[in-house]
Amino acid sequence: MVTRKVEIMVGVFMLLGMLALAVLALRVSSINTWTTPDGYSVTARFENVGGLKPRSAVSAGGVVVGRVTDITYDTETYQAKVTMTLYNDFTTFPTDTSAAILTAGLLGEQYIGLEPGAEEEYLMNGSEIEITQSALVLEQVIGQFIFSQANKSGEEE
Amino acid sequence: MLKLTQNLGQQGLMAVARLGRRFMFLLSTLAGCAGLIRRFHLLIKQLYSVGVLTLVIIVVAGLFVGMVLGLQGYNTLVDFGAEESLGVVVALTLVRELGPVVTALLFAGRAGSALTAEIGLMKATEQLSGLEMMAVDPFRFIFAPRLMAGFIAVPILAAIFNAVGVFGGYLVGVEWVGVDAGSFWSQMQAGVDLQEDILNGVIKSIVFGFIVTWIALFEGYDAVPTSEGVGRATTRTVVQASLAVLGVDFLLTALMFG
Amino acid sequence: MPSSSSSRDALVDIANLHFARGSRRIFSGVDITIQRGKITAIMGPSGTGKTTLLKLIAAQLYPDQGSIHLDGQDVHRLTRSALYTLRKRVGMLFQSGALLTDLNVFDNVAFPLREHTQLPETLIRHLVLIRLHAVGLRGARDLMPSELSGGMARRVALARALIMDPMMIMYDEPFAGQDPISMGVLADLIKTVNDALGLTSIVVSHDVAETLSIADYVYVLSDGVVIEQGTPDQMKASESPWVQQFIHAQANGPVPFHYPAPEYMADLMQAG
Repeated sequence: MVTRKVEIMVGVFMLLGMLALAVLALRVSSINTWTTPDGYSVTARFENVGGLKPRSAVSAGGVVVGRVTDITYDTETYQAKVTMTLYNDFTTFPTDTSAAILTAGLLGEQYIGLEPGAEEEYLMNGSEIEITQSALVLEQVIGQFIFSQANKSGEEE
Repeated sequence: MLKLTQNLGQQGLMAVARLGRRFMFLLSTLAGCAGLIRRFHLLIKQLYSVGVLTLVIIVVAGLFVGMVLGLQGYNTLVDFGAEESLGVVVALTLVRELGPVVTALLFAGRAGSALTAEIGLMKATEQLSGLEMMAVDPFRFIFAPRLMAGFIAVPILAAIFNAVGVFGGYLVGVEWVGVDAGSFWSQMQAGVDLQEDILNGVIKSIVFGFIVTWIALFEGYDAVPTSEGVGRATTRTVVQASLAVLGVDFLLTALMFG
Repeated sequence: MPSSSSSRDALVDIANLHFARGSRRIFSGVDITIQRGKITAIMGPSGTGKTTLLKLIAAQLYPDQGSIHLDGQDVHRLTRSALYTLRKRVGMLFQSGALLTDLNVFDNVAFPLREHTQLPETLIRHLVLIRLHAVGLRGARDLMPSELSGGMARRVALARALIMDPMMIMYDEPFAGQDPISMGVLADLIKTVNDALGLTSIVVSHDVAETLSIADYVYVLSDGVVIEQGTPDQMKASESPWVQQFIHAQANGPVPFHYPAPEYMADLMQAG
């Protein structure tokens, strides 16, 4: 028959397991990545979204204020249309806020950086951010750099 | 040539028959799981022998695997000036792959082989027939609690392995080679997703626990009831369970992260 | 001579039993009748499928042909639950005892009660101690099966087989590998238990002296058929050379000492 000792050990074992899961959930990932806080949705159009993905961060001043929820391609304007959710804690972005696709570090994840404007009115659910800056595509940057170098050396000669 | 073809056919038929017996065995065992609530003490006892007794090896292995990851990850990342990413590298490697897989392999070696040997000996000493003769269904009494225990224990062991592994990576990365503790944790938290990474890892380990325990129990049940036969069945358990874990891991990874 | 149909007293009626394991034929037309209240011995050399016969009676195995009736029911046509109900009334003593290794003696004997009944623990204790006392092992109740000798393990198994008050007990090689004292004890127990509790017993064995001393009726199996049957006295007086060889343990006879082989001299010369 099962002794008390066995029962206690199994209890400890189960507790350890739950503790480990809790550590994984709270410490290793962060709990707020899955309980997405309520928010309002705004859109923005970009020439090029680069490596932006749904669930990428939207940040302002380095603080995460929202998440990208959807990325589609608009065949009328030939632009990428990004839908993002901004959290309800941050409802006072002016309507002339600009959005740029930035990269965390040289090779890191891409995210949307918001730069607040100066208008009196605020972005609301369904608003569109008008001023956008596309992702830097490394190949294009390098291509431009080489091109300008070539031009420069051409002028000097 | 004819002989060869005949041989091939024979082997094929045997393999199919074996597969069939495997599934029949699984069905009977699953059917036996229904009555487990009434025999909760059996489950507790099995959780002790497959779970608690495997804990030490899991903790030690997890700590060392985490420490190695910390060191290797650091040495690689520092070349790119990206040693702040050590936390996320260690955590993702553990949570997505090494945690479930290494836990399942260790479980197959420690608990799986023990299960096969135990069942094989029960068969050799006529305990299984004896139960049937006492009108006690061995599937309900022997196999169901063990399958359920493996099913429960492996995800728990994998979670413990992961937690200890992350701690090992922290020990080496932060305490020893001097990565900044803040960026170690924040990068990890930013890069590890609860649903995509941790939940998928848990699902993997549940599947592995199920497969390893199933193989171990079936090999014991199917063993030739002699000491030699039980020995061979034990070896088969470890080999087949390990291969199955690695194969299924590829499939699951392709499904989850592909 | 009891035929399979005439006897009303038969508890077990085996008719025209055929069974093969793979390509090996084990029984080819066996008819056996087991009388109520008697000890019936089934004898024969090793490998004649005596254990297989017991498993067939208990419907752990299914015959290729023929039928086995136990207490009027065709055991191989029963539903699973009916079979389990029947098995609760049949005890079986395995060669190794088949005690559950992780339970001690007391819990092993109490096991069927705990599985099949909702009796209070005090009553279970009472019933278990009665059975353990009957087999002389009341003092060994806290030992684990690994601490028991082979003879003791079989006695515990007997106590366990008795706990559900069965109508029949089947003994699989109860004497194999026992020292003479232990053999005597077991033979005595089988006889006493059978007579005192009014059971029916089937003893499968190849230990001639012990078996003949307790059996009421004997069947001798060889090559898949019953080659001789009768009371122990009839057996001893049997004129069949085969039975004579078996009972008197002669090395040579109808069962040859030599495994089939080419002619001796020719075989020797071939190597040179």
